[in-house]
Amino acid sequence: MEQTQQAKRVQGRQGRRAIPRLWGGLVDWADARFPATETWNYHLAKYYAPKNHNFWYLMGWLAMVILANQLITGIWLTMSYVPSDEGAFASVEYIMRDVEFGWLLRYLHSTGASAFFVIVYFHMFRGLMYGSYRKPRELLWLIGMAIYLALMAEGFFGYLLPWGNMSYWAAQVIISLFGAIPYIGPDLMEWIRGDFLVSEITLNRFFALHVVALPLVLVGLVFVHLVALHHVGSTAPDGADIKKHKDATGKPLDGIPFWPYTVTHDVHATVVFLFIFCAAVFFAPEMGGYFLERPNFEMANPLKTPEHIVPVWYYTPFYAMLRAATYPLFGMPAKFWGLVVMGGAIIIPALLPWLDRSPVASIRSKGLASKWMLGLFVVSFVILGYLGITPPSPVATAAAQVFTVLYFAYFVLMPWYTRVEKTKPPPDRVTMR
Amino acid sequence: MRVCLLLALIACPAAGAWAAASDWPMEPMQPNLEDQPSLQRGFKLYANYCLGCHSLQFQRYQRTADDLGIPHDVAADELIFTGQKIGELMTTAMDPESAKAWFGAPPPDLTMVSRVRSPEWTYNYLKTFYLDESRPFGVNNKVFENVGMPHALIDLQGVQRDACSPGAADCNQLAIDSGSGLLTPEQYDQAVYDLVNFLHYVGEPARLTRERLGLYVLGFLAFLGIFTYLLNREFWKDVH
Repeated sequence: MEQTQQAKRVQGRQGRRAIPRLWGGLVDWADARFPATETWNYHLAKYYAPKNHNFWYLMGWLAMVILANQLITGIWLTMSYVPSDEGAFASVEYIMRDVEFGWLLRYLHSTGASAFFVIVYFHMFRGLMYGSYRKPRELLWLIGMAIYLALMAEGFFGYLLPWGNMSYWAAQVIISLFGAIPYIGPDLMEWIRGDFLVSEITLNRFFALHVVALPLVLVGLVFVHLVALHHVGSTAPDGADIKKHKDATGKPLDGIPFWPYTVTHDVHATVVFLFIFCAAVFFAPEMGGYFLERPNFEMANPLKTPEHIVPVWYYTPFYAMLRAATYPLFGMPAKFWGLVVMGGAIIIPALLPWLDRSPVASIRSKGLASKWMLGLFVVSFVILGYLGITPPSPVATAAAQVFTVLYFAYFVLMPWYTRVEKTKPPPDRVTMR
Repeated sequence: MRVCLLLALIACPAAGAWAAASDWPMEPMQPNLEDQPSLQRGFKLYANYCLGCHSLQFQRYQRTADDLGIPHDVAADELIFTGQKIGELMTTAMDPESAKAWFGAPPPDLTMVSRVRSPEWTYNYLKTFYLDESRPFGVNNKVFENVGMPHALIDLQGVQRDACSPGAADCNQLAIDSGSGLLTPEQYDQAVYDLVNFLHYVGEPARLTRERLGLYVLGFLAFLGIFTYLLNREFWKDVH
């Protein structure tokens, strides 16, 4: 009797430590078969970032939050969406009316698309400002560019799915751009559409691409982007390198570990971001016609062209550049050159690692010329975005031409102005400001 | 594309595409979804004067009755004229083929008209029909020129005429023959307001829920934000 009670007490004491022990055992078991702890430490727990990371460095994380939002709401939308000529538009309205919280899923997804581009543009601007594309981060930058292209394609395919009249005609116009390519143009258009005009066949393939193919590509690229980032490390806004100064245990003196510092920053940023995001979702999901356009509340109608066909705001800077090309050249029509200009404008940031010849990375150390050029670039991008939304006029076209030149000047002149300007040496240790 | 544009050109006059923006000075219209009596009157007007031709094919009777506080038996007796069940979509009994023959194009579905145009546009549209013998239905519209639709509310509003002397520049005046309608001009304005208010509701029935829920969501996030801010500050005070 005495003995059994004692045994129970011992058992109880052991029981209190059983859960951590069980967990430790599980981790050991996993670690022997998969680099679980190693991966966790390498990518999260022991990943050191410069301690002077500012607002602009939150965008990568927020892009992940939005990606998760798009994937989750997208899965649930797919459960009720019908990708057919007859059913597409009606099923979206069914989601808006008859599916429990369907309106919320749809607005989270449609607002999320715009938010994704806001965040990604901020993220890319951070790269331009602090030279995130420079050695040894060229590949990181190129993977990022691939993500951007995949995102543009994802947005374009997704925009057709509601099967509204603007969806229909925007797809028609964008696909017809390929018709400007010599020789193969007309056949290429037909190949993309799978029909002589945008039809149910086009809708079906865009659905497959939007829902399966591109999300796979995006998630894969984001994974590779993170692996590359954690290999080379994050930049600091002042251009200091935190890997230069380490303590006896090899920890960067100017770095902070992911837990608790990056986590607490990111969590608070997420809440602030969600506040702004939800304000749009719940109180302005149409955003005055910029997120959801009025003609898109009418079903796709091949016989009825909307008055002004405009892409969604995140493509309009490039759309303005497309329309800015008005001269036929070398026997090729203006439309072809518009396509070249537009394609060039989208692709050219990929060359940045080799265009920037400055001895320093950050805009804080660079000279006046770089600061002016970056400022002009941002102004051009915003004004082109505005011009792309407004209906064309002679003045607007002239303005678009000027700002297209300024947009390209930022890149084309970069090897020159980054070399001749006077720069400041970057700080040896990070500066808290 | 080219084939398509060609088709569009041929079909345009018949299909009576939504007209371009007119220069009619729009009267403002501010919908109020909290005003249930107005929405109920609007629903009744719609069922009596519009639903014969214009379906609300994405919206159900039941949802509408529930949202507007109308008991199901009242809705079934007073508002459903097609013999449909209350859970069904608000379609029209009109045969689309005959409709096309009569009007040149089937009357469009109006579930989303308030989102495609705007409540203001719809309000002004319904108020600016005027007598025009040159048109097939004897009326024209100031906001939607040469519209292919008769004035469905003419017995309520009465006969309205263009009150401008011929050749007058920049003249935007309409006058109603007094006593020709069942309603006074003020009553007619209210009726059109109710109808447009109802269409605004049908355009997005979840709007009120959305805005109410939004307040809770933002309130929660603001509250949570205080704590994430303090947590962040607590940890980061060690970093210099």
